[in-house]
Amino acid sequence: MSAAAILHLLIAFALAPLMTGVANRVKAGFAGRTGAPVLQPYYDLARLLRKGAVYSTTTTWVFRLGPCLGVAGAAAALVVAPWGGGRATLAFDGDLLFFAAALALARFGTILAALDTGSAFEGMGASREATFAALAEPSLLVGLLALARASGELSLSGIYHALTPGHLAAPGGVAVLLVAAAFGIVFLAENARLPVDDPNTHLELTMIHEAMALDHGGPDLALIHYGAALKFWALGTLVAGFVAPVHDGAWTALAAILGGMFLLSVAVGVAESVMARLRLAKVPNFLAAAFALSVLALLLSAHAKGGS
Amino acid sequence: MIPVLLALLALLLTGGLAAAWSCPRGASRIAAGGTAVAGLLSGATAVQTLAGAAPAALTLPWSVPLGAFSMGMDPLSAWFVLALAFLAPLAAVFGVGSLRDEEASRRARTAWGWFNLLVASMLLTLTARNGMLFLAAWEMMTLSSFFLVMHEHERASTRDAGWIYLVASHVGTAFLFAFFVILGRGTTMDFTAFGPPATGGALFLLALVGFGTKAGLAPLHVWLPEAHPAAPSHVSALMSGVMIKLGIYGLLRTLDFLGEPQAWWGWLLVVAGTVSAGFGVLLALGQRDLKRLLAYSSVENVGILAAGLGLGVIAARGGHPLAAALAVAGALIHIWNHACFKSLLFLGAGAVRHAAGTTDLDLLGGLLKRMPVTGASFLAGAAALAALPPLGGFLGEFLILLAALRLALFGGMSELGAGALAIAGLGLAGGLAAACFARAAGMAFLGEPRAPGAAGAREASKWMTRPMEALATTTLAASLFAPLALRAAGALVRNMSWLPDGAASSLAGCGRVVWGVCLGSALLVGLSATVFLFRARRRRGRPTRAAGTWDCGYAAPTARMQYTASSFSEPLTSLFRAVVRPGERARPPEKRFPAPSAFSSTGKDLFRGRVFVPVFRAVSEAAEWVRRLQQGRAQLYVLYVALAALALLVWKLR
Repeated sequence: MSAAAILHLLIAFALAPLMTGVANRVKAGFAGRTGAPVLQPYYDLARLLRKGAVYSTTTTWVFRLGPCLGVAGAAAALVVAPWGGGRATLAFDGDLLFFAAALALARFGTILAALDTGSAFEGMGASREATFAALAEPSLLVGLLALARASGELSLSGIYHALTPGHLAAPGGVAVLLVAAAFGIVFLAENARLPVDDPNTHLELTMIHEAMALDHGGPDLALIHYGAALKFWALGTLVAGFVAPVHDGAWTALAAILGGMFLLSVAVGVAESVMARLRLAKVPNFLAAAFALSVLALLLSAHAKGGS
Repeated sequence: MIPVLLALLALLLTGGLAAAWSCPRGASRIAAGGTAVAGLLSGATAVQTLAGAAPAALTLPWSVPLGAFSMGMDPLSAWFVLALAFLAPLAAVFGVGSLRDEEASRRARTAWGWFNLLVASMLLTLTARNGMLFLAAWEMMTLSSFFLVMHEHERASTRDAGWIYLVASHVGTAFLFAFFVILGRGTTMDFTAFGPPATGGALFLLALVGFGTKAGLAPLHVWLPEAHPAAPSHVSALMSGVMIKLGIYGLLRTLDFLGEPQAWWGWLLVVAGTVSAGFGVLLALGQRDLKRLLAYSSVENVGILAAGLGLGVIAARGGHPLAAALAVAGALIHIWNHACFKSLLFLGAGAVRHAAGTTDLDLLGGLLKRMPVTGASFLAGAAALAALPPLGGFLGEFLILLAALRLALFGGMSELGAGALAIAGLGLAGGLAAACFARAAGMAFLGEPRAPGAAGAREASKWMTRPMEALATTTLAASLFAPLALRAAGALVRNMSWLPDGAASSLAGCGRVVWGVCLGSALLVGLSATVFLFRARRRRGRPTRAAGTWDCGYAAPTARMQYTASSFSEPLTSLFRAVVRPGERARPPEKRFPAPSAFSSTGKDLFRGRVFVPVFRAVSEAAEWVRRLQQGRAQLYVLYVALAALALLVWKLR
C-alpha cells in the first residue's frame, strides 16, 4: 500500500464522473453540437443529491439498498484495481476473482432493486443485464488467465506491473493485444455503452442499464450514476493498463493511468459517435467474440511459453 | 466415540417413540428434541476431532459375514458430521412448524420416525469404518429418505419421484457393493485393511458412478430434481444440505483408499464437474418451480465440488502441492457453505409453500412485505449462492478458482487445459447462478403478488423462521471467518494420503490470500454501510413521497403485467436452447377477434429424456422377453427343473 495507490483511489473517486462528461463532449463534437459542459455529470449529481424522492408503494428496503451496493461493489473493485503498473491499495493472489465478484455484487444489488419495483420495463432491463453479465464473465476470467500466463503473476497489480512494451515484442505478444480487445468488448458491455446499450436512448424497450433505474430518483439516482461512473473507472483500468504500460515510478504510473483513462473516454465517445447499436439478439455473438479472443490469447500465450 | 453412539441411540429412541406416540404435539417435539441432543453430542465430538484430538475408534460385536461394527471419527468424518450436527436440529425445528397442520395424522408421526432414522443413518455412514456397515447405513439412508420423499404419496408426481429415486439409488449402491468387494479382494471389508489395489482405475470408475449418483453429478443427477421437490421442505433441506455431500465424502474416502491417483481421474472429475455445474445452473434457470430450481442448483454446486476435487487430483499428480491443497480446501469449505445456504433456501421455499400454497415462481411475488424474515433470509441465501462476497459461498469458489489459476499458470499444457476449462466453465456457471438467483429471489419476494395465494401470504411461525434466521446469520458472517475455515481445512488436508507432501504446509503459507479475501469482504460491508448512512443523511429533511411504480403513462397497470420468472430467463434459455430444451405449449391468438390465447414453457431435462428414458425402456423391453420364461405354469417349471438336472448330469459325466 503506497501513498500513490491511495492517491489513485482518491483521484478515481473524484474524477470518475468526469469521464462520462468527456465522452459526452466528444459525442457532441462529432454531432456538431457544443454539448454540455464537461463538468455536467457533477452538476447532475449535486442536483440529484439535493432532491427529495418518490418511492413506489411496491418497493421495500431492497430498492433502497440496491444503489448503495452498486457504489460499494464498484468502489471495492477499485481498491484492488491495477493502475498502470502501480501496486493497488489491496493486492493479493487471485484478487482478480475478488474484482469480478465485487462488481457482481454491485450488479446483483441493482438487479434486485429493479425487480423490486414490479415494473415490466425494469424486469426487462434486469433480465438483459443478468444475461449479458453472465456471458461476459468467462471472457474476463479467461483473458486474465492469459495475462497471468504471459506475466507469471496472479494478482491484478502483479499482472499489469509485469506488462511492459517489451511484452508486445516478445513471442506471444499478440496475445496481450487480443486480451486488450476482449477486455474492450467486456468494458463496453459491462458499462452499458454502444454497441451493447445506448446510454442516450429514450425508448424503454431498448434500454438495459437505464431501464433498471427508471424508478429511482433523488439521492438514489445520484448513487446509481456515481456507481456506474466508478465501475467505468474500475473496468477502465483493465483496458487503460494496456494503453499505458509505463511504470518506471509510481508517479509516472499515476500520470499514465490518468492519461489512459482520458484516452479511453475519448475513444468511447468516438466509438459511440460512429457505431450503431447492435440488435439485442446479436449481443451474445459480440460477447462470444470476446470469449473467442480470450481463448485465442490463452492458446497463444501458452504456446509462446511452451516454445521458449 | 461414546458420544456418537449415544447420539445414534438418542435418534433411534426418540424417532421410534415419536412414530408410536399417540399425542400429536408430543411426537414432533420428542423427535426434534432427540435430534437436537444428537446434534450436540456428535457436534461436540466433531469439533474436538477437528481441533486436534486424537481420532477415536470403537468396535462392537456384529455377526455379519465380513462385517464388523467398527466406527471411528477422524477429521474427514468430523468435517461432514459437523455440518450434519448443525443442520439436522435446525431442519427438525423447522419441521415442527411446517408439519403442524398435519401433526394429528399418523403420517406426520411416522415421518418423524423416518426423519430421525435418516439423521442416524447419515451419522453412521460417516463414522462407519467397515464396508458392510457402511453399505448397511448407506442403504438405511436411502430407504428412510425414500419414505420421506413419498410423504405426500397421494400425488402421482410424488410416487413417480419416489420410484425414480429408489431405482437410481439402488443402481448406485450396486456399483458401491462391487467397489467394496473388489477393494477388499473379497476377504476383508475393514477400511484400515484396504491397501492400494492393482485395479485402481476400474475401482475409481465404480466409486465415481456409485457416489456420483448419490451426489447428483450430471448425468447421474436425474433423481435429484424429482425427489427434492417432492419431499417435505425440511427433509429436502437435509437431503440437499448434507445427504448429497455424502457422495463427495465417499469420493474423498475412495481417493484415500486407492493410494496414488491417476491424472485421468482428475480430468474425469473436472469434466464431469464442469458439465454438472453448467448444466445444473442452466436447467435451474429454466425452472418455474422454486424447489426444482433449488434442486438443479444443487447439481451445479456438486459439480463445483467435483471440479475442485478433480483439480486437486491433477495438481497432486503434477507435483503442485499448493494448488492441490487450495483446490481440496476450497471444495471442503464450499461443502460447509453450500450446506448452510442451500438448506436455508429450501427452508425458505418450504415457508413460501406453506404461506402461499405454491412454489411456482410465476404465481408468487411481493412476499418480502408479507414475510419479512423469510424474505430477508432467502435473499441472503440467494446472494450467498451467487458466490458474492462477503457472504458464504464466495470463499470456497474463490479457492477452487485460485487453484485452477495456479495450475494453469505453473503447470504444463495438460494442466493448463484443465485449469482453463474449470475457470471458463465455473466462471460461466457463476455468472448464470447470479442471474438464476436474482430471478428466484426477485420473482418470489419482490414486486407485486401475481396470484391470490401470494397476496394472502402471512409470515411463517417462529418454529420456521428461527432456523432460517440462524442459517442466514451463519451465511452472512461466513467470509469474515475465512482464516479460521482455512486452518480447519488444513487439518484435513494434512491427513489425506493422496495429496503430495507439503500440501498442508504450503496451505499455511497462503495466509496473505485469505486475509485479502477477509479484508475485501470487510471492505464491502464497511463501504455498503457508509454509503447507506450517507444516503440516509441526504434524505433527512427532504420530501419523500409514496406513489405507484412508474408505468410509462399506462392508466391501468395490473400485477399480471410484471415480468415473470419465465420472461426473465427467456434470453438465456433460448440462447442455450440445445441444453435446456424448453418445452413450450402455445395457443397463439388467431383470426380477427382472437379467442383466449395461452403460452407456457418449462425447462426439460436433456439427460432424462434423451438418455435414461430410452435406456430404461430398452431394459424393460429386454425384461419383457425374459418374462416369457416365467409363464406361471407348474408343468413348465418342472420341465425347467428336469432340464437343469439333466444339464448338471451331463456336465458331471462329461
